[in-house]
Amino acid sequence: MSSSTPPNSAPDDESPGVPGFRSWRGVYFAVFIWFVIVVVLLAVFTRAFA
Amino acid sequence: MNLLDWVVLLGTMLSIAAYGTWRTRHTDHLDTYLKGNRNVGWGAIGLSIMATQGSTITYLSLPGQAYENGIAFVQNYFGLPLALIFVCVFFLPIYRRLEVYTAYEYLGKRFDAKTRLLGASLFLLQRGVQAGITVYAPAIILSSVLGWQLNLTIIFTGLVVIVYTVTGGSAAVTLTQKWQMAVIFGGMVAAFVILLRELPAGALATAGAMGKLQAVDFSIDPNKRYTVWSGVLGGLFLSLSYFGTDQSQVQRYIGGAGLREGRLGLMFNAALKIPMQFFIVLFGALLFVYFQSQPAVPVFFNRTEWQRHAQGPQAATFQAIEQKHAALHEAARTKIAAWTVAKNTGNSASAKAEMIAAQQAVDGVRKEAKDALLAADPRAKIKDSDYIFITFIMSRLPHGVIGLLLAVMFASTLSSKAGELNALAATSTIDLWRQFRPLAAHDEARNVRAAKWFTAFWGIFAIAFALFASFAENLIEALNIIASIFYGVLLGVFLVAFFIKRVQGTAIFFSAIAAQILVIVMYFSLNIGYLWYNVIGCAACILFSLILQTALGSKRPAQVA
Repeated sequence: MSSSTPPNSAPDDESPGVPGFRSWRGVYFAVFIWFVIVVVLLAVFTRAFA
Repeated sequence: MNLLDWVVLLGTMLSIAAYGTWRTRHTDHLDTYLKGNRNVGWGAIGLSIMATQGSTITYLSLPGQAYENGIAFVQNYFGLPLALIFVCVFFLPIYRRLEVYTAYEYLGKRFDAKTRLLGASLFLLQRGVQAGITVYAPAIILSSVLGWQLNLTIIFTGLVVIVYTVTGGSAAVTLTQKWQMAVIFGGMVAAFVILLRELPAGALATAGAMGKLQAVDFSIDPNKRYTVWSGVLGGLFLSLSYFGTDQSQVQRYIGGAGLREGRLGLMFNAALKIPMQFFIVLFGALLFVYFQSQPAVPVFFNRTEWQRHAQGPQAATFQAIEQKHAALHEAARTKIAAWTVAKNTGNSASAKAEMIAAQQAVDGVRKEAKDALLAADPRAKIKDSDYIFITFIMSRLPHGVIGLLLAVMFASTLSSKAGELNALAATSTIDLWRQFRPLAAHDEARNVRAAKWFTAFWGIFAIAFALFASFAENLIEALNIIASIFYGVLLGVFLVAFFIKRVQGTAIFFSAIAAQILVIVMYFSLNIGYLWYNVIGCAACILFSLILQTALGSKRPAQVA
C-alpha cells in the first residue's frame, strides 16, 4: 500500500528516454518553445484572415 | 438514421465496452483497479488524460460556439501547457514517490486527516454532480434531435459505462479510452474532410471577413471575454487546479510503469491540446461559412424546441419570423457572393461592408426568433448553438458517417464519465471508507469489492441526477462557476503543501475554510468574471495559512514532501 519511502526518484536532469533529449528540462523547454510557436502561428493566422 | 448508422453506432460503442470488460474481467488487485496496469505506456496515459478532459460538450458545443462567436475561445487553453509543465515538475514526482492512490491522500500525509477529508469532500461534492451532467447534457441534445426517449438514452449510456468501469476499474478505463479516442479522432477528421469538400471557394477569407477567425487578441481590456492574457493567467490557474488536484486527472497519470510514462503523457497533452482545440473551433467557423452558402438554413437550430412553439397560439408570429429569416439569409448569400467577386478585383471595401450589414440583419432576426420563443414560453431553451453541429451531421453527412459521428458523441460521453466514476470510487474508498474502517485496509479483496461498489454507487447517482435534472442550459454554466469557486481554494491547499513547509494541518484547514467562505461571499456580493475566483481562492488560502500559522506558532516542519 502507501509508503513514504521514495522508490521512484527521477530528478529533472535525469534522462527522459526521448531521442534527442538528455534531460527533462530539455523536454519542458521544447514543449514551451512549441507553445510559443503555436501562439505565434495563431497570431499570424489572425493577421492573415481576421 | 438507417440500419448502417445503427450498426456503426452500436457496433463501435458496445464492442469497445465489451472488449474493455472482457480484457479486465480478472482485475482483483487494488493497485490495478485504482491505478491501472503497470505496463501502460505514455501514449495510452496521454490519450486517457485527453479523453477524461473532453466530454461530448467539447465536440458538440465548441463548433457551435465558434459558429456564433468565432474561434477566440481557443485562447482559454493557453495556460494549459504551462500548467502541465508545472504538474510534471512539482506534483507528479511527489504523488509517485509517495505511491498515493489519490491526491487527497497526499494531503493526509503532509498535513492531517481533517485536511485530507476536506480536500476529498470538496472533490466528491463537485465531481459527483458533474458526473450527472456529463451524461445529461449530450443526452438531451441527442434525444431531442434523434427523437429518442431522453430517460432511456441516459439510462442506457449510464449502464454501459457502469458495466466496464465496475468490472475493470482504472485498467478498463484506460484501455477503452484509447479506442474511444481513436473513434473520436477518426470521426472528427472524416467530418472535417467532408466539410472541406462542400465549402465554397475562399471559405477562410469569408470566415475572416465575418470576424470569425480572430484566434489571438492581445488587448488588455478587462471587459473582453477572451484575450491572450486572460487565457494564459486564468487558464493557468484553472488547468493547474484541474490537472494537479482533481482526482479524475491525477488518477490518469499516476499509473503506468514509472514517472517517465506519466510525464510524457502530460507533455503529449501540453503539445497537442491547443492545436486540437484550434481544429475544433476552426471546424465551427467553417460550418458558419458552409451554412451561409446553403439556400435554406433554419432560423433556430433546435428544431424540436422551435416546432413545439411554432404550432401553438403564436404560429403566425413564428411563420413571419421564418419568412423574414429566409429572405434576409438569401440577401446575405448574395452579398457574400458579391464580396467574393469584388475582393478578386481589388475593390472590396464597400462590398465587405454590405456583406457584414446583411449578416448582422440575419443575426438580428435570429435574436428576434429567440425573443419570440421566450415570449411564448419564459422557460423555453433559447441556446441553439449546441444543435448546429448535430444539424450538420444529420442533414448533410452520408449514412455510415452519421453513425460514426454519433459514435464520437457517445464515445466522448463514456470516456469522460468512466474517468470520473473511477476517480469518485478511488476517493470514496481510499479517503473515506478506509479512514473509517482502518482494519479493512489490509484486506485486498475487501478493498477491491468496496471500490467496485463505490463505482456502481456513483454511476447510479449520476444516472439519477441526470434523470431528475431539467434545467441543463443554466446548470452547465452554474457548474463551471461552482468548479471555479472550489478549485482555487483546493489549489491553494496543494501549493501550501508543496512549497510552504512551515504551514501545518490546523492552519491550512481553517485557512481553507475561511478562504472558501470569502470566495462564496464575494461571489454573491461582487460582479466579476468567475475565472477570477480561481486566483482569489488560491491567493486567500495561501495568505490566510501564513498568517494563521504565524499566530499559532511553528512546532515542527513537515517531512513528507
